[in-house]
Amino acid sequence: MTFPLLSFLIWLPVFAAAAVLLCGSDARANLVRWFSLSISILLLAASVCVYARFDPSLATMQFSESFNWIDILKVRYSLGVDGISMPLVVLASYTHLLVVLAAWQLIKNKVKQYYAVFFLIQAAINGVFCATDAVLYFVFWEAMLIPMYLCIGIWGSENRSYAAIKFFLYTFLGSTLLLISILYMGSLANDFSIASFYSLNLSLTEQLFIFFAFFLSFGVKVPMWPVHTWLPDAHTQAPAGGSVILAALMLKVGAYGFFRFCLPIVPDANMYMAPYMIALSLLAIVYIGAVALAQTDMKRLIAYSSVAHMGFVTLGLFVIYKIFAVTHNYQDPILALEGAMVQMIAHAFGSGAMFLAFGIVYDKLHTRTISDFGGLAHKMPYFAAFFLVFALANIGLPGTSGFVGEFMVILGVYKASFWISFAAALTLIVAASYTLWMYKRVFYGPLNPSLDMPIEDVSCLEKIVLWMLVFAIFAIGLYPDFLVEPMHASINNLLMLSLKSKLLV
Amino acid sequence: MKPIHIITEVLVFSPLVGAIISGLFAKKIGPRGAHYITISYVFCAFIAACALVNLSYFGNVPSVNFTLYNWLSTGSTNFQVGFLVDRLSIMMAFIVTFISLLVHIYSIGYMKGDKGYQRFFSYVSLFTFAMLALVMANNCMQLFFGWEGVGVVSYLLIGFWFHRDSAASGSLKAFLVNRVGDFGFILGIAALLASTGSLDYNKIFLHTQSLVSHSVNILPHVSIPLIDLVCFCLFIGAMGKSAQIPLHIWLPESMEGPTPISALIHAATMVTAGIYMITRMSPLFEYAPDVLNIILFIGSSGALLLGLVGLVQNDIKKVVAYSTLSQLGYMIAATGASAYAVGMFHLVTHAFFKALLFLGAGSVIVALHHEQDMRRMGGLRHYMPVTFWTFLIGTLALTAVPPFAGFFSKDAIIEAVSLSELPCATWAIFCLNIGAFVTSLYSFRALFMTFFGETRYTGGKITESTWTICLPLFLLAIGSICSGYILAPSIFMPLDGLLSSVIYLSPDAANVANDLAIPYTVGDGVFFEAFEHLPFWLTLLGFITAYYSYIVNKDFPNIIAAKFSLFYRVLIAKFGFDTFNEWFFVKGLKRISTSCYKVGDMLLIDKILVHGSANEVLSASGFLRKFQTGYLYHYTFGMVLGLAIFILVVLYI
Repeated sequence: MTFPLLSFLIWLPVFAAAAVLLCGSDARANLVRWFSLSISILLLAASVCVYARFDPSLATMQFSESFNWIDILKVRYSLGVDGISMPLVVLASYTHLLVVLAAWQLIKNKVKQYYAVFFLIQAAINGVFCATDAVLYFVFWEAMLIPMYLCIGIWGSENRSYAAIKFFLYTFLGSTLLLISILYMGSLANDFSIASFYSLNLSLTEQLFIFFAFFLSFGVKVPMWPVHTWLPDAHTQAPAGGSVILAALMLKVGAYGFFRFCLPIVPDANMYMAPYMIALSLLAIVYIGAVALAQTDMKRLIAYSSVAHMGFVTLGLFVIYKIFAVTHNYQDPILALEGAMVQMIAHAFGSGAMFLAFGIVYDKLHTRTISDFGGLAHKMPYFAAFFLVFALANIGLPGTSGFVGEFMVILGVYKASFWISFAAALTLIVAASYTLWMYKRVFYGPLNPSLDMPIEDVSCLEKIVLWMLVFAIFAIGLYPDFLVEPMHASINNLLMLSLKSKLLV
Repeated sequence: MKPIHIITEVLVFSPLVGAIISGLFAKKIGPRGAHYITISYVFCAFIAACALVNLSYFGNVPSVNFTLYNWLSTGSTNFQVGFLVDRLSIMMAFIVTFISLLVHIYSIGYMKGDKGYQRFFSYVSLFTFAMLALVMANNCMQLFFGWEGVGVVSYLLIGFWFHRDSAASGSLKAFLVNRVGDFGFILGIAALLASTGSLDYNKIFLHTQSLVSHSVNILPHVSIPLIDLVCFCLFIGAMGKSAQIPLHIWLPESMEGPTPISALIHAATMVTAGIYMITRMSPLFEYAPDVLNIILFIGSSGALLLGLVGLVQNDIKKVVAYSTLSQLGYMIAATGASAYAVGMFHLVTHAFFKALLFLGAGSVIVALHHEQDMRRMGGLRHYMPVTFWTFLIGTLALTAVPPFAGFFSKDAIIEAVSLSELPCATWAIFCLNIGAFVTSLYSFRALFMTFFGETRYTGGKITESTWTICLPLFLLAIGSICSGYILAPSIFMPLDGLLSSVIYLSPDAANVANDLAIPYTVGDGVFFEAFEHLPFWLTLLGFITAYYSYIVNKDFPNIIAAKFSLFYRVLIAKFGFDTFNEWFFVKGLKRISTSCYKVGDMLLIDKILVHGSANEVLSASGFLRKFQTGYLYHYTFGMVLGLAIFILVVLYI
């Protein structure tokens, strides 16, 4: 039997969390930090292993593991990754390393608890991406919420308990419906493996109900308009690491749910609802972009920008039905769908990077209000340069990660309609407006008198973190093929499933 | 790998290497290291460009199209990074590297002692790389990469002195207006990919006929030919980058950047990217006469109107900036009249003389300790002979005095437009002719106000600039004198012209090109022919007017301004584009976004839906709570009541 890499990725963080908690008080914080760092590097190494040994020519699940779990319900502990989840697993490990490094200096109290919480989040997120059994998926899905709730509630800013409870209730509401639909489908299929749901013959009514459940649970996580208002609050209150995990991974879990469940299980409902979903996505891109422009709180602005960029993911997901309806060619929607995948990854290095960078500056200045800044580039030139790269990635400058996904989606959706492309391309103007206007107000101009004090520029350790982000931004921007190539087979397979009506059989 | 591939790669990537070294290791290499390193790498690129010129123009090596690496493959589409080395791209590469090299050298003197010295050189080299990536691209994706790349470096350089609020705002405005253009451009690219299945130039051009025969339903009952949509979208991109009305508003703002940048980016290279792109896409544009008509209209209107605004500017850089806008209008008008080669020709000559004028203005500004207002200049020819003579040469070239460079190219544009049969040609020819008068008027006005008359500057001693500033002026002056004369015959040659292998012309346009070529095939008659043309006399009239107004009778401009005060105010307000923009887009967008946030997100969703539902639950539970009193007799009463209702229901139903 081969080494169970995926189980390793899920359970190592759990054990690490337990070990960290046993470490003792904050006096031994450095031990906790070094230990967490080594575990985190080990996790990254394991996920790089997964990437390296992944066979891109296969559409099936790889690295599969399967054991009986709850026999009587036919629930199994089964794991596996395909071209859709594998890049996300690597992303999760990379992000976790960033968070561990960033927390080194930012977190000074309750250090061991902080690292433990993030290990638990990591375990749950890896579990969500790797689970191939629906019940197991749901367990991990819910398990994510608790550590995240703690993270916001304990290390958050002034209004943290409101934000934490809002985050929890909002996302929990959707989850209950997801559970019901999983149970319903499980009882029909007499099996809880996700793959067996794909072959269920569901009527349009059933599909629409299930779609509604999916929409509420995944749509809240993504988040889609109009169920997005938990996110700005959660982000503004969460500590830097929490924001990074939220933006880089939690939102992806929602989008991943659409990929894994919604598209292949209820294709007819998707087809039926596609116009509305496209409209909601465009609303996210344009309307949320406009809302971001009105923000006076820097972190809130980044949060709204994050929502706006996730609009491209859902747009790429649901536009495939429109494209297929226009051209009747299975090849045509691939560009948009893979664009949505790339956007998921790239988003981590746009919004995620900005959240992390903001965490650094917040630690020094303790304000989020944009007008409290001004001329920061005089005081922190290195930081300003890094932030500029992140801002440029956020506005989708060619050569950076942000460009690839948006470019693919904008080009892809043209086949559906000129006007969808038109609305999506408005992001070029809107995103540039809010991002660079914010950049101007924070970094450019004469120095704000309230900043006229010694402010340290980024430390060596922070530089490492920021360089890691810059590296990822340019790696994806300049050579996205390494990211997209492993997806092809799985995406093709997914398209076949998602575009085949279940009603005609 | 063939030698020409290596030369091309050296050409494109060496400025990038310079930029990275000087950007990342700024502290280690120091200011001297920064300029030595970046200049050597740009010099490498320049040598590579010269080598390509030699191979292609003199060695007649055919065009080369090769792929560097596969950027992305998805579905049936491949996006590649690759280069197309043909006479058009080589011409651009030569101009870009030459001007960039001179600007690098010039900046040693201009930026001396600046805090961001290394950063500046890094940016300029980075710009050179992005511009070369743009012109050498063999596909639209890479073109877009360069297109946005130059935009962002331009943003960085306009905001170079970011502590000034005006610089910060100017850079933001420039980038956003450019993005409006890019927005159109990416839609054009999307339409091309969707209809041709590829973004490679060669493959796109194979599908021209299908673009012509298909049409798109842009609105439910309105359909337009696909080619018109594509070309119009691409032209929006060109409008942004090449600063055409109404997207021209960013260029005057861009003068907030250091002057060498204005010469390189906002005069010689980046702003001409639109003309280059249209020329590159001539196989498409030739089939979209409606779009060409729009191009002709917008270009020629800009040539006149923006030149007029230049008449009332007092900042020396702003005058040159409006002059650039006007000249860009000429180039765009040339492409609109299908005279792509002539447009490119003017691009080349303009690169020399406008870079010269900007660098000359920069030399003046340095000498006067960053004084830019011409009303405080005057009489400088005595103090700065090199700057004066080179500036004079630049002015003569700009005003198209034979035999200076601008004469050949500008005269040819007017000639080409007069041969055009598009509906807008009449208006265009009017604009361009009056434009010649206006050009001459504002150019000589600037020359007289700066270099003639009494010395009005009081801020200290004025000395000629150092050799690093004068050398580029000198070299550019040579270019401004002779580039027109040297290039003209080969540009106009109808069959084996310099660019005829890369430009596609419809039969009608080809006839025009042939007509244009006649004077050049019969020897040097072109000089004398100038005197038969209207533009020459209009230029002369402009010169005389300027001489009278700014040397002889200095009250004359005020009298005119008072007499035509309405017109004067319109010019001062720059036709109101800025005001409208500020009111409609900036304020309007802010208002919309604030109300979206306050009403949509805060009130409707959060307050009514989210908190509303929470409050509903709260009040419902509050109501229910009232029944949980804890008194036994309340519960007993409830049970009895319930039992009674139950029995009644059972009995009567």
